[in-house]
Amino acid sequence: MSWLLVYPIIIPMMTAVLAFLFRNSPAGRWISVLGTIALLFASISLMVEVLDQGVVAAQMSNWEAPFGITLAADLLGAVMVVITAITGLATVVYCLAEIPERLERLGFHALLQTLLVGVCGSFLTGDLFNLYVWFEVMLISSFGLLVLGGSREQLDGGIKYVTLNLVSTIMFLSGIGLLYGMTGTLNMADLHLAVRGVENTGLLTTIAIMFLVAFGVKAALFPLFFWLPASYHTPPVAVSAIFAGLLTKVGVYALIRTFTLIFDQDVGYTHQIMLWMAVVTMVTGVLGAAAMNDFRRILSFHIISQIGYMVLGLALFTPLGLMGAVFYLVHHIIVKANLFFVAGVAKRIAGSTDLARIGGLYAHAPVLAFLFLIPAFSLAGFPPLSGFWAKYVVVKAALDLEMWVVAGISLAVGLLTIFSMTKIWGAAFWPAHPDGIKPRLSDMPMGERMAMMLPIAALAALTCIIGVLPEPFVLFAERAAQQLLDPTEYVTTVLGVQP
Amino acid sequence: MQSLILTTATRLLVALLLVFSIYALLRGHNLPGGGFIGGLIGATAFILYTIATSVREARTALRVDPANVAMLGVGVAGLSGLVAGFVGQPFFTGQWLFLFRNGDSYLPLSTVLVFDIGVYMAVFGGILTLVFALEQEI
Repeated sequence: MSWLLVYPIIIPMMTAVLAFLFRNSPAGRWISVLGTIALLFASISLMVEVLDQGVVAAQMSNWEAPFGITLAADLLGAVMVVITAITGLATVVYCLAEIPERLERLGFHALLQTLLVGVCGSFLTGDLFNLYVWFEVMLISSFGLLVLGGSREQLDGGIKYVTLNLVSTIMFLSGIGLLYGMTGTLNMADLHLAVRGVENTGLLTTIAIMFLVAFGVKAALFPLFFWLPASYHTPPVAVSAIFAGLLTKVGVYALIRTFTLIFDQDVGYTHQIMLWMAVVTMVTGVLGAAAMNDFRRILSFHIISQIGYMVLGLALFTPLGLMGAVFYLVHHIIVKANLFFVAGVAKRIAGSTDLARIGGLYAHAPVLAFLFLIPAFSLAGFPPLSGFWAKYVVVKAALDLEMWVVAGISLAVGLLTIFSMTKIWGAAFWPAHPDGIKPRLSDMPMGERMAMMLPIAALAALTCIIGVLPEPFVLFAERAAQQLLDPTEYVTTVLGVQP
Repeated sequence: MQSLILTTATRLLVALLLVFSIYALLRGHNLPGGGFIGGLIGATAFILYTIATSVREARTALRVDPANVAMLGVGVAGLSGLVAGFVGQPFFTGQWLFLFRNGDSYLPLSTVLVFDIGVYMAVFGGILTLVFALEQEI
């Protein structure tokens, strides 16, 4: 049983090694594809186990918690790993068409797999310092992916990205140090018990805010988001897609994990700050998107605005709010990665991502136009797509608490989301191409077309499925939220004792 | 710039450093040393050789791409953790093999050592990849 928790980390790690050793031959990319398929199977079997048995935990090297490193998965952790595998697979397939051999020779696929190692590790670890280590794995590999190829624009984005993330890392590490000094443990389940015995609650709240800032940078919360739009539009589209899908969400996941398991003793203060950060994040993100004129930049700003909704769900700190946050996380990863994939195809056939320089996609590539509309409407929250349910639950949670202003703002942000989606539609799809090009999908070779369109179609189908049949997903999110709000099961499973 | 003193001394030092790096690696289980520091010492040998001659010659002397060594090291370290699975224990639990028992003396072999060898390769390869890349620019 404990091995199910190890596979999602060790499989991409071994895939990275093999893909790197075979980076000079076509075998490398197929190893990457096969490894990600294996990861998908491993994550699904973990999911089945968690659904069956409840929280599962494993002690690495047989060192008992809280002394060794614990891996643990509750429903939230398990579903995040599954969604990581799905996004990873979509990205790797997409890369078959997009990534030139030059980048493959530099070890592109190894870096991508290492990124998956870091992301899966973050979702599965039960130890705060270990979480920091996975963050580093993720940061280093994402930095590599960001600057691979080394154009001036990429380096510019990369420097901003890495500098701000290092600041966040320092904050995180200082917080860990202080917390360890106060409680003498870093195992998250053990911390859940230990913080209750801390007398100096003021200092504990300070540490909580340090974590909020550290994860806030990772999650791109206001006012710490500016690294994201500065860097996400520079690398290959497949890379921005997986970044957009997964990286900020790891920050949100870390916020949810720490602020339900550890820092829940001064909710009135910490979660109130978080609430307004979330609201302002939503607004600034969507306004930023409205001001942009590049496909990928608009999408980057939308990530920020959507992060606001997830953190809002956490900040409300009710069962319904957390349920909305979990639902939103899953929905958003699928939709956002998909929109970036569409942007990549648009770039390939129409020549650019600058909205002023493309057009004619609706007339000549109607399939792409249709596949853009699904995630775009889902992002804006149209029924019957997954985004509708995600938004509905979060807004309902705010209304239940009689927070009219918050609910009103989040609805208005949804409206503005539609505005910027129409902007993309009105510039890239509707009018004729300014240079008179006819961007047809059939101009791409068959193999490339398949590799690019299949992930888009699959992810769009997933959005529709969640949207049309939301019940199992909603029930699942509800159970996950219950586990988060009452972590007794998590704590007992990890520590192996009754608290 | 070629320095006669440096090139002559290097011929001696490289071998010495490499032997010492292996010594530090093997000693590391219970005493100061281990894969990380061993890898650094091993890398120092080739860095010294690079300074005394050139990147090209150091690469030829190494024969393999240091980046491959580094990634292979990660693989070896990961595999050493998997061994525990065959005896039904959690990931990375140390497995021991005691060879040549003769009274009180024996040769202990363990997956911990294999892990350390992986670390040695990862550090050795990683550092050399960096140094070669930096030296080549100049």
